Amino acid sequence: MASLSIIFLTFISISLLPVLCLSFSPENPTDRRVLVLLDDLDLKSSHSIFFKSLQARGFELDFKLADDPKITLQRYGQYLYDGLILFSPMTERFGGSLDLEAVLDFVDAGHDLIVSGDTNASDLIRTIAAECGVDFDEDPSAMVIDHTSYAVSDIEGDHALIASDGFIQSDIILGSTKIEAPVLFKGIGHSLNPANSLVLKVLSASPSAYSANPNSKLANPPSLTGSAISLVSVVQARNNARIMISGSIDMFSNQLFKSAVQKAGASNKYRKSGNEQFVTELSKWVFHERGHLKAVTVRHHKVGETDEPAMYRINDDLEYSVEIYEWSGTSWEPYVANDVQVQFYMMSPYVLKTLSTNKKGLYYTSFKVPDVYGVFQFKVEYQRLGYTSLSLAKQIPIRPFRHNEYDRFIKTAFPYYGASFSTMAGFFIFSIVYLFNK
Amino acid sequence: MAALENPKGSTLRNAFGNVLSLFILLLIGILAFSIRLFSVIKYESVIHEFDPYFNYRVTQYLTKNGIYDFWNWFDDRTWYPLGRVIGGTVYPGLTLTAGTLWWILNSLNIPLSVETVCVFTAPIFSAIAAWATYLLTKEVKGTGAGLTAAALLAMVPSYISRSVAGSYDNEAVAIFALIFTFYLYIKTLNTGSLFYATLNALAYFYMVCSWGGYTFIINLIPMHVLLCIVTGRYSSRLYIAYAPLVVLGTLLASLVPVVGFNAVMTSEHFASFLVFIIIHVVALVYYIKGILPPKMFKVAVTLVVSVGLVVCCAVIAVLVALVASSPTKGWSGRSLSLLDPTYASKYIPIIASVSEHQPPTWPSYFMDINVLAFLVPAGIIACFLPLSDASSFVVLYIVTSVYFSGVMVRLMLVLAPAACILSGIALSEAFNVFTRSIKFQLPGISGNSETDAGDAGSGSIVTQNDAVKTDKNQDTVKERPSRKNKKKEKEIVEKASIKSQIEKRLLVLPLEASVLAIFLLVLLGAFYVVHCVWAASEAYSAPSIVLTSYSQDGLHVFDDFREAYAWLSHNTEVDDKVASWWDYGYQTTAMANRTVIVDNNTWNNTHIATVGTAMSSPEKAAWEIFNSLDVKYVLVVFGGLVGYPSDDINKFLWMVRIGGGVFPHIKEPDYLRDGQYRIDSQATPTMLNSLMYKLSYYRFVETDGKGFDRVRRTEIGKKYFKLTHFEEVFTTHHWMVRIFKLKPPKNRIRGKTKKSKLKASSTTSSKRSGTRKKNPWH
Repeated sequence: MASLSIIFLTFISISLLPVLCLSFSPENPTDRRVLVLLDDLDLKSSHSIFFKSLQARGFELDFKLADDPKITLQRYGQYLYDGLILFSPMTERFGGSLDLEAVLDFVDAGHDLIVSGDTNASDLIRTIAAECGVDFDEDPSAMVIDHTSYAVSDIEGDHALIASDGFIQSDIILGSTKIEAPVLFKGIGHSLNPANSLVLKVLSASPSAYSANPNSKLANPPSLTGSAISLVSVVQARNNARIMISGSIDMFSNQLFKSAVQKAGASNKYRKSGNEQFVTELSKWVFHERGHLKAVTVRHHKVGETDEPAMYRINDDLEYSVEIYEWSGTSWEPYVANDVQVQFYMMSPYVLKTLSTNKKGLYYTSFKVPDVYGVFQFKVEYQRLGYTSLSLAKQIPIRPFRHNEYDRFIKTAFPYYGASFSTMAGFFIFSIVYLFNK
Repeated sequence: MAALENPKGSTLRNAFGNVLSLFILLLIGILAFSIRLFSVIKYESVIHEFDPYFNYRVTQYLTKNGIYDFWNWFDDRTWYPLGRVIGGTVYPGLTLTAGTLWWILNSLNIPLSVETVCVFTAPIFSAIAAWATYLLTKEVKGTGAGLTAAALLAMVPSYISRSVAGSYDNEAVAIFALIFTFYLYIKTLNTGSLFYATLNALAYFYMVCSWGGYTFIINLIPMHVLLCIVTGRYSSRLYIAYAPLVVLGTLLASLVPVVGFNAVMTSEHFASFLVFIIIHVVALVYYIKGILPPKMFKVAVTLVVSVGLVVCCAVIAVLVALVASSPTKGWSGRSLSLLDPTYASKYIPIIASVSEHQPPTWPSYFMDINVLAFLVPAGIIACFLPLSDASSFVVLYIVTSVYFSGVMVRLMLVLAPAACILSGIALSEAFNVFTRSIKFQLPGISGNSETDAGDAGSGSIVTQNDAVKTDKNQDTVKERPSRKNKKKEKEIVEKASIKSQIEKRLLVLPLEASVLAIFLLVLLGAFYVVHCVWAASEAYSAPSIVLTSYSQDGLHVFDDFREAYAWLSHNTEVDDKVASWWDYGYQTTAMANRTVIVDNNTWNNTHIATVGTAMSSPEKAAWEIFNSLDVKYVLVVFGGLVGYPSDDINKFLWMVRIGGGVFPHIKEPDYLRDGQYRIDSQATPTMLNSLMYKLSYYRFVETDGKGFDRVRRTEIGKKYFKLTHFEEVFTTHHWMVRIFKLKPPKNRIRGKTKKSKLKASSTTSSKRSGTRKKNPWH
């Protein structure tokens, strides 16, 4: 038995070897291997369109039951996966070595995560979401209910299947093609802390929505109401790991992908819901197929020179350049924007200049070093919605003039020169007269 | 008397005396050098103190890059991010001296390391300082006094404290420069030679290069000149001694980058200019008096006095207006605290916070100058018998330096040479009187007494010889410069010598009393020697960088500082910034080679106040301050485990004061319970939540289970707490240095977690958790 498992392990590791080479790296930031944890293997077929679309884009999906005792994210300190999809809202405890901390460490190591909660989501899933800044409704059986923008269906239901089109206005996150049809959503809502700058509400509920248990009478005013309810949120952590948190697992299902949608009160009926496009585009963003920037070859030198000096002098003229590229999913394309700025910074920016670009990824500018010495930094802080944040800092000391770099003679000081020389001459003449004119 | 004996015998005795004094001087030099080697022998040949590490680093730079790079050195590793122009803000004297020594040795193919040269610079210069003392005292009171004073200075504890081997401090060479400048001034005053006046200006230049204490010279000498003028002792020699010094000295001083225009713009130098004007007026008056008949002179006096008064008033008015226009009245803080001892503690906490800037206690006088304190009054009396220009200078020197040493314990160092000189004079005069009493009463053995009486006796005899010799010298030398005064001078000298002969006859004491007195004086001297050797071997040779303590188990060595700095240099990135209180700045840059935020060159009060504020703030605020300064590591010194009293908790109130001086939200009363500084359970919450408290006492309770602080002799107030924004990365063996790292900002921002049962598993608590849950343990 033991030898069998060893052989098995070797086999696995050998089969993983080529995969390891293709894994997520700074040079190739798109995820390759994704672990999918399911409550129930039925989900594999009921959500097959979503999974197929991922596989079609080159991802290797590894399906496992959430309580599978063999689950492990890393081996020998190396992560085996680049992404994690938790489609297991009911799981109270993962199998194997996976637990809350392992999931969070996975994210903190720069890997991506898709979490789907649902009504009656377990504490584990709630805590994972909360650790990422997303607070699911505390009432475990609450759902998002909307009596005005629910999806019209054959049976007059409890208006828990809602049709939402409150998308975030970002081509980077949701793709450049506009999502026409509303997204069908059935599940739990969540709220975000407005002070949290990392988390973004991608799909919000309409102002008339509220979160409550549809099967019981509403005793108290619902805690979550209106467009404060977020249905789907994304988080971009400070290390650029991306997380998507949804309150509905049905949203990803084949059934809702294919179903026609008509928003209550709206006349136009869409043949197909916006779910597929929404979820696909969002997963592209989450798995770094879009909106990933890199900055390389930061250079600075004096005007007219090419070598990078160890130190500048005050009032030197210098040139600064950086190359910024965007990952297209397969290759690095030049990033084109007109709002990249460089700061020349010592406790506060002394120089703030917008970089010009040659549209081939090179950003450059030139400026004069301020008349202040100290240890400065070239800082590029580029944070744009949907893009990974660029934060470059390069330290460079600025020295004052050397003793022989000042002007030898200053024009305004000529009276003083004259005064001193005439005094010297006068003293000389006086001495001669005094000494030899007895 | 020697003068009455035949000329052949006197020349022989003079030659013998000269050889003997040369030999004694050599021995004094060896004594001065070797008494300072205890620290090297007992510990090791390294630089022992905190501050000298900077001088060492500068010297290394100088020897590596040459003088021009040193002059233009912009150091980006201190005072981050401001940087410091080292070349323009450092007194280069010591560095250049050691650098030159090293260069000479190396070009002689003696391959010593820079560190060795630095370690031994101070002992070498104390030997030279002892010789300079001999020269100065010889000018004042003759060879015997000179030798005694030199011997006393060679081992005066006050000077030893700053010049043991391994203490590579500015003062080590500055005291030599100070004494030598005074010597050249007195020499010029005695000879009236322009050559010595020029040398004097050069010596003053060296002093300006070496130490900020040069202002003492440029105020003391004008005071003496003024004293001479007021007491009617004006002479052309005085003019020659003073005027070139002011002109050349000021010109040379302004060549030192750190002084620059200060030499003409700050109040410390104004006294010299004022006296410069006065001496010219006086010289003019004397000149006119010489060429005019008395009647005309009276007319001229009224004219000159009225015109002079007007000019003086105008000049004074201009000066006052200039000075009053500046906020500190043109005085730098340290100088102001000299005039008003309470000034610094009232207005400048950064100056008051240094223990060296505190007024000394009485025991420290006894510790630092020992029996000299009792001999000085006798020396002052001896200086008045008879009062010459030179001896009045020495009296003025001791009086002013006693005052200054009473203001600032550090200036005890200036007092020490004066005390040595006067004690040397006193001892020498006393021996002189007693041995002569014996000699007069024992005519039979008078011939042998010179050789039998030991070094003290021979010294005094040399004194006698030399007193005559100097008289002669004066006579011969004075001929050239002061042709007009020659007659008068000669008369005075003759009168004085006759008078002194009469006095000497009168001053014969009973034989028994003399012998007893000599015995007691020798005993006193022996006590002094014993005390000095003890001070040199125990009190002042204990390095600050390595501490030792004795207990039943034997010797304990606390080498925590070097352990911590070595950790920093091996485990952190080259460009990482380390924040600590400024006391440890020089060491961190020199030994760990890491960038620091503030250091011992306290030139920027705001920057220091920023660090003080961070240390006094709660963790989150402190993290933000440090993060804005790109700090990666915070270093605190903690003595609570081993009982090292000069740790950061004991310095903490100064951080609060200095921080509060710039950032008013830090208030000292918040850290005091009923005006008492305490760290036990009665401490204020602000104190218990301050970063310094937390970093010092983090996990401290794990050492003994109670958290008993051996310095404050109390149990700490808050024992169990966690750090939210900092993490401990290194604590030295005896917990004396603790290094913490700033945690990076949270990768994710957490929402509101309601499930506290799951929270316990979270190792990484979020940025906001500090406000949500104050302290999980209480």
